[in-house]
Amino acid sequence: MKITLDQDKCVASGQCVMAAPDVFDQRDEDGIAVLLTSTPGDTDADDVHHAAAVCPAVAIRVQD
Amino acid sequence: MVNDTAPPFFPMERAAACPFDPPPALHDLQDQAPLTRVRLWDGSTPWLVTRHAEQRTLLADQRLSAAIDSPGYPLPGPARPRDSKGGGSIGFILMDDPEHARLRRMVTAPFAIKRVEALRPAIQKIVDDLIDEMLAGPRPVDLVEAFALPVPSLVICALLGVPYTDHDLFQGHSRNLISRSVPIEERSASFTALHDYLDDLIGSKLDHPDDGLLSQLAERVRGGELKRSDAAGIGVLLLVAGHETTANMIALGTLALLEHPDQLALLRDSDDPKLVASAVEELLRYLNITHTGRRRAALEDIDIAGVTIRAGEGVIMANDIGNRDPSMFDAPDDLDLTRDARRHVAFGFGVHQCLGQPLARLELQVVYSTLYRRIPTLRRATELDAIPFKHDGAVYGVYELPVSW
Ligand code: HEM
Ligand code: SF4
Repeated sequence: MKITLDQDKCVASGQCVMAAPDVFDQRDEDGIAVLLTSTPGDTDADDVHHAAAVCPAVAIRVQD
Repeated sequence: MVNDTAPPFFPMERAAACPFDPPPALHDLQDQAPLTRVRLWDGSTPWLVTRHAEQRTLLADQRLSAAIDSPGYPLPGPARPRDSKGGGSIGFILMDDPEHARLRRMVTAPFAIKRVEALRPAIQKIVDDLIDEMLAGPRPVDLVEAFALPVPSLVICALLGVPYTDHDLFQGHSRNLISRSVPIEERSASFTALHDYLDDLIGSKLDHPDDGLLSQLAERVRGGELKRSDAAGIGVLLLVAGHETTANMIALGTLALLEHPDQLALLRDSDDPKLVASAVEELLRYLNITHTGRRRAALEDIDIAGVTIRAGEGVIMANDIGNRDPSMFDAPDDLDLTRDARRHVAFGFGVHQCLGQPLARLELQVVYSTLYRRIPTLRRATELDAIPFKHDGAVYGVYELPVSW
């Protein structure tokens, strides 16, 4: 799977970090999300899909 | 389908026997259609959005404006004079991007998940100390006054750098501000008083900086990035949103659990942090305390679910009924702490989704996992129908909750 994250849209809600902490983190200076990996393994798939679904800014795109 | 009956009045009344459930009339509207017209106090007839999917879609749509001076904005009551002048507004919650995003990003850092998680020991101590005090004091006691209000007030004061010793002042004004039954003049006066209080504090942080969030805002004022009145407005927003909401979730959540003893037992007898986290999400969903809806005005025509919202029309996303949408949640009217409730819209959705949600979650996790274990015989000290519910407030909850053990 491949993830893209639009940091301009991100509102630093932290939902993705809660859903998939191995894949998403937040910048220290403003809490904007960063990808720890853009090609996570299968074990993270459900969590990543959940992160994309709950992102309030619709900033996360997932391609399987 | 043409509907020739007059749109129903909004907000509707809850059923007296079901203080935790949204008004029954909202269920009926949800069954009818995803969007219907309602009538407000001023005679305007905005759209009411009752289903979860359409609420999320619309809240994520930037063609809807959160600015209360946008034409057609569905005001919850007469506007405060300050709101209508646009000066000294209440932070970025009633602004649109790009200004909303610019201001919000100035205060997002301390609400990042890991920064908030680091506060867990400090919040645990606040909760434990207040329970110690309650246990040592007289019974019955009002849980709101003794516990539900002090927990989030102490937390947000520490985070902002507001002296907690001023709590009578800011709690009183906050209460007025979010009440719908306090006369408009009094609410205006409370807003001005809070704004002036925060403005003075920011002034004093300029001379005596500390590590609180207000001090960081003061630095941005000094650097010319932020107007002092905007800084004070953000301070008002964080202070009010930071304690009124969480306090109501603590008291109303406790009452709901006391009325569902099997669910309370589940929480009390478990030391699984996953169950505690899941319980918090479910109580947020089930109680949805921000019960007057997320309010917006359409800047352009928007086609959705077979209707066209015209530019200049008001739109209200009733997230309380959205969280009871059977197409999203099975048996939505059951309180079930073990369900996956994470897609609830109790914190809203879109760019205005609650900034304080990681902090609110942490406070509620600590409270719900501590209070009922430390006071296992906690009980209501009065009849359910003697408890005053906040039917009139922008935030639902209870004014008082006498408890004993
Ligand atoms: C359980 C407690 C809470 C609930 C249910 C809650 C609910 C909400 C909701 C529904 C919104 C969206 C408003 C809209 O879309 O029009 C919101 C926004 C906001 N909340 Fe909360 N909130 C809670 C706790 C907190 C706390 C603890 C803080 C601060 C420390 C906070 C600060 C804010 C701010 C600043 C906004 C405006 C965000 C923006 O406009 O970008 N909230 N909250
Ligand atoms: S869930 Fe979306 S808005 Fe929230 S931090 Fe992650 S990317 Fe940003």
